[in-house]
Amino acid sequence: MTTHAANTTHGSDPHGAAAHSDEHGAAAPGAIHPHITSMRLLVSVFLALVVLTAVTVGVTWFDMGDLNIWVALGIAVVKAALVVLYFMHLRWESPFNAIAFISALAFVALFLAFVMADSSSYQHNLHPPGDNVVVTP
Amino acid sequence: MTDVAHSNAAVLAPDLAGHNHDPHLAHHFDTPDQQYQSGKLAMWVFLGTEILMFGGLFCAYAVYRHNHPEVFEFAHRYLDRTLGAVNTLVLIASSFTMAWAVRCSQLGLNKPLKILLALTFLGGVGFMGIKTIEYEAKWKHHVFVGSKNKYRNDSLKGVGKPVDSNTEFEEEGAEVEPPAENKLSAHKTAPGAEGKAEASHEAAAKRSDVGATTWGRGIVDPNAGTPDEAAIRPTYADPGGLAAGVVPGHHGEMHYADLTDAQRQHVYTFFSIYFMMTGLHGVHVLVGMALIAWIWLRARRNEFGPTFFTPVDLVGLYWHLVDLIWIFLFPLLYLIH
Amino acid sequence: MSAITGPIPFGVQDTAHGGGHAPGDNYLNHSRGIKSWLLTLDHKRIGLMYMIGILSAFALGGFFAISLRTVLWNPGPARGASAASANAYMDLYNHLFTLHGVVMVFLFIIPAVPAIFGNFVLPLMLGAKDVAFPRLNLLSFYLWCGGALFFSYVLLSGVMESAFGIKWPGGFGLDTGWTFYTPYSTSKAAGAVVPATLGAFILGFSSILTGLNFVATIHMLRPKGMSWFRMPLMLWALYATSIIQILATPVLAITLLLLAAERALGIGIFDPALGGDPVMYQHFFWFYSHPAVYIMVLPAMGVISELMVTFSRKHIFGYNFIAASSIAIALLGFLVWGHHMFVSGQSPLANAIFSLLTFAVAIPSAIKVFNWLATLYKGDIRLKTPMLYALGFVYLFTIGGLTGLFLGALSVDVHLTNTIFIVAHFHYVMMGSTLFAFLGGMYYWWPKMFGRMCNENWGRLAFLIILVGFNLTFFPQFIAGSLGMPRRYATYPIQFIGYHRSATFGAYIMATGLIIAGLNLLHGMLRGRKAPANPWGGSTLEWQTPSPPPHDNFSTTPGPVGDPYDLHGIVEDKKTGEWYRLPDAGKPRTGPAH
Repeated sequence: MTTHAANTTHGSDPHGAAAHSDEHGAAAPGAIHPHITSMRLLVSVFLALVVLTAVTVGVTWFDMGDLNIWVALGIAVVKAALVVLYFMHLRWESPFNAIAFISALAFVALFLAFVMADSSSYQHNLHPPGDNVVVTP
Repeated sequence: MTDVAHSNAAVLAPDLAGHNHDPHLAHHFDTPDQQYQSGKLAMWVFLGTEILMFGGLFCAYAVYRHNHPEVFEFAHRYLDRTLGAVNTLVLIASSFTMAWAVRCSQLGLNKPLKILLALTFLGGVGFMGIKTIEYEAKWKHHVFVGSKNKYRNDSLKGVGKPVDSNTEFEEEGAEVEPPAENKLSAHKTAPGAEGKAEASHEAAAKRSDVGATTWGRGIVDPNAGTPDEAAIRPTYADPGGLAAGVVPGHHGEMHYADLTDAQRQHVYTFFSIYFMMTGLHGVHVLVGMALIAWIWLRARRNEFGPTFFTPVDLVGLYWHLVDLIWIFLFPLLYLIH
Repeated sequence: MSAITGPIPFGVQDTAHGGGHAPGDNYLNHSRGIKSWLLTLDHKRIGLMYMIGILSAFALGGFFAISLRTVLWNPGPARGASAASANAYMDLYNHLFTLHGVVMVFLFIIPAVPAIFGNFVLPLMLGAKDVAFPRLNLLSFYLWCGGALFFSYVLLSGVMESAFGIKWPGGFGLDTGWTFYTPYSTSKAAGAVVPATLGAFILGFSSILTGLNFVATIHMLRPKGMSWFRMPLMLWALYATSIIQILATPVLAITLLLLAAERALGIGIFDPALGGDPVMYQHFFWFYSHPAVYIMVLPAMGVISELMVTFSRKHIFGYNFIAASSIAIALLGFLVWGHHMFVSGQSPLANAIFSLLTFAVAIPSAIKVFNWLATLYKGDIRLKTPMLYALGFVYLFTIGGLTGLFLGALSVDVHLTNTIFIVAHFHYVMMGSTLFAFLGGMYYWWPKMFGRMCNENWGRLAFLIILVGFNLTFFPQFIAGSLGMPRRYATYPIQFIGYHRSATFGAYIMATGLIIAGLNLLHGMLRGRKAPANPWGGSTLEWQTPSPPPHDNFSTTPGPVGDPYDLHGIVEDKKTGEWYRLPDAGKPRTGPAH
């Protein structure tokens, strides 16, 4: 790793020095040993995000009917996954953090699915404003 | 695993465990790693709550877009997709500098850390600046949220009424179509679209002839004008219906004239959803900027290094979430096809 | 320690380990002055501050309850009353039931058990020094206070308007019902809807942050040896509650934000006059608010599990089932919100699905009840005051739960919905269950909180009065409701007068019982007999520290951490009633807890 040029501000702390000399153990018990993302990966992810943004704008030039929104959403999901996995380090996080995050998404999906399914089936029962409903006394 | 059980003895007697020399270690934690992992866990759970909160707005969006696709296609043309795309890039870039900043803090590179945090902050400033320009344009075109929105009258007016919308705004020269500069350059105008637009104007004119008796799908109420009208009329209209003779969307742009009366009621809804979504997102950007400023001040005091960078990491996570939400908002609001 | 051969008293301070405290030094007198309380990061003090706030809210909500029952003593306004005074009569009633609901739900019952007992006993049960984020914990408390301030504004504006005719900006009072249903709340109601929704929004944040804190604490601060299946069941219940708080409350937050924007700006998302969809509001609202009823009852179930073990002198029956059913309730609770909307215009398909799922959620609740009964079976049951409340809980929760099945059945619900049958049902669950468990918990942990015992006889008497008053109040409402008495009505036909008068009479009796219980607790706190560390013979870790606990919770390492409900070797001195631990007791077992 090229990351050892560390100019630690807590250089006096022996645990800290050990923390980044080896990401995967050997450090003092209980010291922080985070995953440090390499510069190369960060730049690649950034470039991929820029390209995908261009693609998502460019793809609207083509008319694919109903497919357009799915393509747009698909690209957004890929972009989001890149941000979450690499910028936010979820790939190297403890599994529970991933579970917490994914279950939030799952509950949004649950909510969305029920409300959308139900609202489209009662849609024809909605009274538009100005449509005077006769209330018989 | 986060649920690693930790040494009870050390939790209860830090004096013996010998970790209490670390000024950042709170008394009820056993080790710095335990504290760090706790912070991370809490932040991820918090981000989950943020997603659920925005989930409500996405749900409202999905329901209205699903039921009124034409309306969304028409109304979204008020949004400037160039500015939207630029803002997307700005946020992505600031996300990148933030991720880089976290790396620097982990490595104890304090000087680049400060520069990167400042750049990230500037990204936020840029984003909000562009957002202000966009909001100002909406204000000028009378499509802001609230009673000043020119389409709000359509919502209040209801179906079956003659269309003479927006008289209030006509004096000021406002039109019901999006201004020319917002007509998306990205849209190729299909050959013959001009003629099509004219045809749809004619269709609209036809509908105005029947005036009070026309509903979606061009069904004419046979009881129109009779005393029984109100009683006989079915208590619903089909808001998802299409104007007679109009095939919306696929080959040309949606025009105001292409929308049925029932659809026009929901043009205002689009702007409400747009402003609620981008507004709440904007508030998050501002909060994120404040947090980054706070982190920057702490970085100036050389507080962060390989043994202590949790605040930078957590603020970074928050900032990436703000980016994440925008990644979805951009295509959903600006790139409707 | 192994040198000791006789019984060991609980809570002996072990100064040899360096964590020594001066005798008599505890969290209450550790530091002095108002500032040391208001800025404290000690979870125990924060728990007590919550208790003061939440009990004040309970008193206020109770006042509204008594007032609205008083209005219902008569079938309607006096004969010959002018139209204006008749309107004022109805208006008063609408305000009373709304404020009763809002205060009780948002300020009392949702935070009651998690914020008071959760804060106080969760770290103690873990053998930890504090919750994971003490500052966040204090912030949660002040957010609660902020929300309470908004509600105070709503209340004060109502009083000012009706008593002195002073109109405050933003409307006065609140008469929308606690559900804030649109379109009434957005366009027609005169009340201070925006301040009330913002208040609930802020309280939601308090709730989210508490849940977050508890999840992190339970994950990260469990002591060595306490695996997930060796946690006390109270912690499982609090964990499940926290899951709901985290996953559901944000949706309420956005709902209330949209509602406030709808009211202030007219955004046309929920308001049908602007093309909005009021049924969608109900979806949004109940996506939070149905799981929220499990926020109310799950921690109460945790309290009951603890009481059942301690006062039956018997290991909990079916530990794994009770623990898993807490999580099952938390997750299934998210799938049933549509049963509030059977007659709201929801589609028939959704109705059928939600009805089915509603029946499913009864299963984990029943699992808990059966396991508690099995725990009681052949136990050495001690009818101390907390145990009386636990038994009351089982009895009332069963009635509340079974009548819930009536309402979950689609066809029956069409008849019963919007009648006071519903009112009776959810009061049996919210009040009969949660309030009883809350009071049981108060009596159970009171000695731990203040180091003093309450008078048993007065406590038992208060329980009896509350139980009788409660049933007198709410049982008649089942009957009146099934006969067609609608809820939220200030007037009723004369044939319902018997039910209503019984209910009003019962409410007064219940209030009397609650006042006696309150005075009993207060007297215990100030004048009660000094409490030992373990007055009930409990086996969980909080009983190993002195009462009240020292500032850092434990002066010695609590433990050994094994099966949380291993009562072997916890023996009672029959003469003094004190509990001791035999020296070889509570050795950690090698296998999983049974």
